[in-house]
Amino acid sequence: MCLAIPGEIIEITGADPLTRMARVSFGGVVREASLAYVPEAKPGDYVLVHAGFALQTIDEEEARRTLELIAQMGGAEEEGAP
Amino acid sequence: MKHLDEYRDAGRARALAAEIARTATRPWRIMEICGGQTHAILRFGIDQLLPPGLELVHGPGCPVCVTPLELIDRAIELAQTPGVVLASFGDMLRVPGSKTDLLAARAAGARVAMVYSPLEAVRLAGEKQDQQIVFFAVGFETTVPGVALAVREARRLGLQNFSILPAHVLVPPALRAILGSPQSRIQGVLAAGHVCTVEGYEDYEPLAADFGVPVVVTGFEPVDLLQGILLCVRQLEQGRAEVENQYARAVRREGNREAKALVREMFEPVDRKWRGIGVIPSSGLALRPAWREFDAEARFALSTGAVEEPSECISGLVLQGAKKPYECAAFATRCTPERPLGAPMVSSEGACAAYYRYGRHHV
Repeated sequence: MCLAIPGEIIEITGADPLTRMARVSFGGVVREASLAYVPEAKPGDYVLVHAGFALQTIDEEEARRTLELIAQMGGAEEEGAP
Repeated sequence: MKHLDEYRDAGRARALAAEIARTATRPWRIMEICGGQTHAILRFGIDQLLPPGLELVHGPGCPVCVTPLELIDRAIELAQTPGVVLASFGDMLRVPGSKTDLLAARAAGARVAMVYSPLEAVRLAGEKQDQQIVFFAVGFETTVPGVALAVREARRLGLQNFSILPAHVLVPPALRAILGSPQSRIQGVLAAGHVCTVEGYEDYEPLAADFGVPVVVTGFEPVDLLQGILLCVRQLEQGRAEVENQYARAVRREGNREAKALVREMFEPVDRKWRGIGVIPSSGLALRPAWREFDAEARFALSTGAVEEPSECISGLVLQGAKKPYECAAFATRCTPERPLGAPMVSSEGACAAYYRYGRHHV
C-alpha cells in the first residue's frame, strides 16, 4: 500500500498551491496527481506518486551520486544501463 | 522507465551482492520493515543472492495486515448500512474480518466502492449527495497526507456526506515496540523509504541510539535493497549504529514539510491496536477535535468491543519478525490466498502472500 512510483510531470493545471494538479507520465501511461505537497515541482520534473499524490520530487543529483557509488564497485556504468 | 530501470539492472545488483559477500564476516539478521520491500526481495530473489548467514526477517510494514479485525468488521457494518457507501483501496477488499470480508459482503448486497485515491472518494461524495460516503483510511505515514487533503477538500466544498474511518498506523512506535521486546533478534533495520519521503528520518535517530541498531532508509527496487543491505552490513561489521539514507533521491532528513504540517494540523497520535500484535502506544492517528465531524466513528453508531483472532494464525509473530511464514502449521495448507486465515496471506504486502507466491515454502 505504500507503493509509490516515479513519473514525469507533463502538464500542470491550476495555480492555487493546494489544488494544483498535474498529468504525470509513468512510462507513457498518464494519470492525474495532486501537486499540493510538491509546490516547487515543474513540468519535466520526476515526482514520486502514491495514491494520487506526488509526495516528493526526485533529486536528479542524488540519483546520479547513488549510481556513481555503485559504478565504483564494479557495477554497470550509469549510461550503460537500460 | 527513468528512475526505475536503473535500479533493476542485473550488473549493478551483482556488483552489490559481491560487495556484500566481501563485507560480511559473520551472520547478521536484518529486518526490512515494509511489506512492499518483502515482496520485492522475494520476487527478485534477493534473499538468494546474499551470503549464507545473512538473514532478512520481515517487519510489520503492511497496513492492511495490522488493521484490527474489529475495524474491518466496522467497515463491513458501514457498507451494510442503508444510505452508506464504503470507499476503500482495493487492498482491503479481501482481508478477512471476524465473519466475512468486504468483497463477499459486497456480493451479498453491501455497498463498497473501490478507489485509487482518497480524492476519488470526495468526488464520489460530491456526485452522490443523497448518500454518505465513508473512506476506509488505512495506511502508514505515506498515505496520511492524501487523506488529510481529502478531508480538507470535503470541508472546503461544504460536503456533509463525507467522512473517514481512521485506521492509520505509524512506523517508529511499532519499531520501538519490536526492538524493545526481550525476544527481539533484530540487529539491523532497513527503514521504509516511502514512509520517510513524508516523515523524514529524524524519528529513527533515537531508535538507532537507544537499541544500538543501524537503520538504513532504503528504496524498493532490487539495487536499492541490495545497497541498503550493504550499508547496514558495513555498519554492523564496523560496530556502528547510525541512521543512513540509501534512498537520497527521494528522501530528505526532514521529510516533506508541507505534508507534515497539514498532517499535524489535522491529526493527533493515539494508542492503536495492531492486528496480531496488540495495542502500541501512540502508534495511530485520530482526527483532532476541530476535524472530528469527519470521523465516521463519531457520525455513525457502530459496534464496539474487541474480537478474537483465529487461534491457528501466527501472523502477529510473522509481523514482528519472530517467525517465518513457512514455520506456521497452516501455511499453504489450511491457509492460502484463496482461503486465508489471516491478512498477511491476502495482502499484496503480506509476508505470507509473498512466501506463497514466490514459492518459499521451506527453509
